[in-house]
Amino acid sequence: MALESLIQLSLVTLFLPLAGFLLLIFFGKRMPRQGDWLGTALVSIAFAVSLVILFAQLTAPGPVSAGFTWATFGGIPGIGEVNIELGILIDNLSAVMLVVVMLISMLVHFFSIGYLEGDVRYSRYFAYLGLFTFSMLGIVITHNLLMMYIFWELVGLSSYLLIGHWYEKKSASNAAMKAFIVNRIGDAGMFIGIMIIFVHFSTFSFDAIFGALSAGNLPFESQAWLTAAGILIFCGAIGKSAQFPLHVWLPDAMEGPTPVSALIHAATMVAAGVFMVARLFPIFTADALLVIAYIGAITALLAATIAITQFDIKKVLAWSTISQLGYMVMALGVGAYAAGFMHLVTHAAFKAGLFLGSGAVIYAMHAALHKQHDHDTDAQDIRNMGGLKSRMPVTYWTFLIFTLAISGIPLTSGFLSKDEILAGTLAFSTLSGHWLLPLIAFTVAGMTAFYMFRLFILTFHGEHAQPERLPLINEVPGVMSIPLMVLATLSIFVFYSFNPFGASSGWLFQALERPLSVVPEAVAPATWPVLYEAISRVHTLVMILSIVIAVAGLAFAWLVYQKRTISAEMMALKMGRLYHGSRNKWYFDEMYEAVFVNGTLALTRISNWFDARIIDGIVNGAGTVTQGVSRISGWIDNTFIDGLVNFLANFTGAIGMRLRRIQTGNIQTYLIFALVGFLVITIVLLTF
Amino acid sequence: MVLPEWLAEPGLNHFLVVSAVLFSLGLLAVITRRNIIMVLMGIELILNSANLNFVAFSRYGLLSLEGHMIALFVIIIAAAEAAVALAIALNIYNRFGSVDVEQISELKE
Repeated sequence: MALESLIQLSLVTLFLPLAGFLLLIFFGKRMPRQGDWLGTALVSIAFAVSLVILFAQLTAPGPVSAGFTWATFGGIPGIGEVNIELGILIDNLSAVMLVVVMLISMLVHFFSIGYLEGDVRYSRYFAYLGLFTFSMLGIVITHNLLMMYIFWELVGLSSYLLIGHWYEKKSASNAAMKAFIVNRIGDAGMFIGIMIIFVHFSTFSFDAIFGALSAGNLPFESQAWLTAAGILIFCGAIGKSAQFPLHVWLPDAMEGPTPVSALIHAATMVAAGVFMVARLFPIFTADALLVIAYIGAITALLAATIAITQFDIKKVLAWSTISQLGYMVMALGVGAYAAGFMHLVTHAAFKAGLFLGSGAVIYAMHAALHKQHDHDTDAQDIRNMGGLKSRMPVTYWTFLIFTLAISGIPLTSGFLSKDEILAGTLAFSTLSGHWLLPLIAFTVAGMTAFYMFRLFILTFHGEHAQPERLPLINEVPGVMSIPLMVLATLSIFVFYSFNPFGASSGWLFQALERPLSVVPEAVAPATWPVLYEAISRVHTLVMILSIVIAVAGLAFAWLVYQKRTISAEMMALKMGRLYHGSRNKWYFDEMYEAVFVNGTLALTRISNWFDARIIDGIVNGAGTVTQGVSRISGWIDNTFIDGLVNFLANFTGAIGMRLRRIQTGNIQTYLIFALVGFLVITIVLLTF
Repeated sequence: MVLPEWLAEPGLNHFLVVSAVLFSLGLLAVITRRNIIMVLMGIELILNSANLNFVAFSRYGLLSLEGHMIALFVIIIAAAEAAVALAIALNIYNRFGSVDVEQISELKE
């Protein structure tokens, strides 16, 4: 069977990073420059191929997919034969995601060449980047839930490996474990959800599931089960996309190298949850989508309130990532499918840029601190920065563009997608009455502008914390600054829509047609058919509101941190409890520590006690009883059995000892015996 | 003088009794003598008691001339046997320096 060329190309894209991983992990250390050029080149080729796929797919009439039966299980009672299919599905959604992943991965490869120069595990780092890229592509282009789950776990693994890249640091290895374990919790839910679907439909393939559902075939003939399956599968996204209440791992994951944070924990892996929700969009019922929307809203608000008070440059970005992911999830929940996914794409560009920019700042700060022989000052704390504008112009200007984009200032890509999300939530609330969602969305928009400009001003404007250090800070080399410029260019509106004030006419928005729901009429989201009309009704209002709110947030940050007309310290004092709560991330880590970690420890102590006393007691008791029985049977054996045997031997021996006397060796004695014997026999014969 | 009836005419029984006495004496010599020469002489006595029997049986008609013949054969074989046995006895004397049968006990532990 000849595969379609798109499928062949996507296979090429998929396996190039894997080849890079295999070559680098085995031979990386022996290659010139430890093989960084190899990983980077392979990913760049894969990126070029993915661009071809995107253009081909956008002009193609529809999605293409190909699969083969991987395994067949026959004769299962009550089900019959089950075929497990593996395969690839390329539609607009996966083609766009493919390019996003490959682009960010390629730029991060380049940036890492500069950032990790001289690192102890340089080639291994590039190998893991390849593994991650491979796994992420697997999630994107697969056509069934099983492969998605497998690659989902592979992504988790590579994330674990990369967070723990500097595993000598206790905090880094802890963060890696935390990320892995927290993700496992979400994945367990996702697995149960997949199993609910598989048990009923006996297939993992998206098309087959959608087809069966639209034919009115529900899991266990129940709409509640369908809702449950949707929410459980969404649990996977809660874990991977760091949604409330499993958001705690992402800020800690910042222990990894900064380019990794840009690639995995900002642009691609954490967006996998959003992608998965988009991929499975048709199967969610109205109730499941409402849960998704509220989870997203809570996450967005929670993370934004925490981001305001953080001082670590990467932690601020991490919390803002969580907040923006909440935005995307909320957008999908209310049915603004294209807006949510478009925000994923635009966010990937500007958030990867922000992280790479922060990486550049940290790199420069490290170099300067190193020259000062200062090993105590934290190179990531924005209180130790300031005034970097004059020393790092490229980083400054690109960072400004990214900050404008994430704040939703017009002419940027972020404005386009965020505007659509806000319009979507407002339209949804006018239709369904859930007014909390747009309220949160607008509040978070204002807070985002505020905390991003707070970060920006504290880092680049004002006086440097230690004036004599400033001349030591230098702009980063080209291999690091060029990716920043590329991402900054991609944060401009024209790449997504030619109209700077409306995304809906742009190619991306058009390409991401919302799929039709396949759930039964009664539980289908009622707002979907009229949502787009409602959005176009509120769009102008939302646009004005969002610009006003973003500018207000920006101006407030300007007043507080640049002009210092309002004292930040005074505000913190006035806020009191709120400030401390936000500063300490609303004590989520402490709560989880108290409830889950200590709970688990207590449980292990109880089960340890149970094991030591009851189980071991039973085992030891059985041992003692066996010992006693064996002692008795040993005694019987020694006394009676051996006694009999010994007695026989001794008896025979004793008789032998006596009989051997006869054997004198003297012929005359024998002759006497013979004579006596002869006489006895004769007498006997004669007598009887 | 009138001899008792059982002595008047020597009969077969008389020969058999003498033969039995000779046999017993020979056996006694074989069993009790320590000197190997004496043992051999005991064997000769046993052979002669057998000869006596043969001849007696022949005389009293229980056997015909075969008895005489066998007796002659026995005498010849006894001569040969005596020659061989004395040769062995000589060798034993050379080897052990004694002709005492008690001393010749190589096989006994």
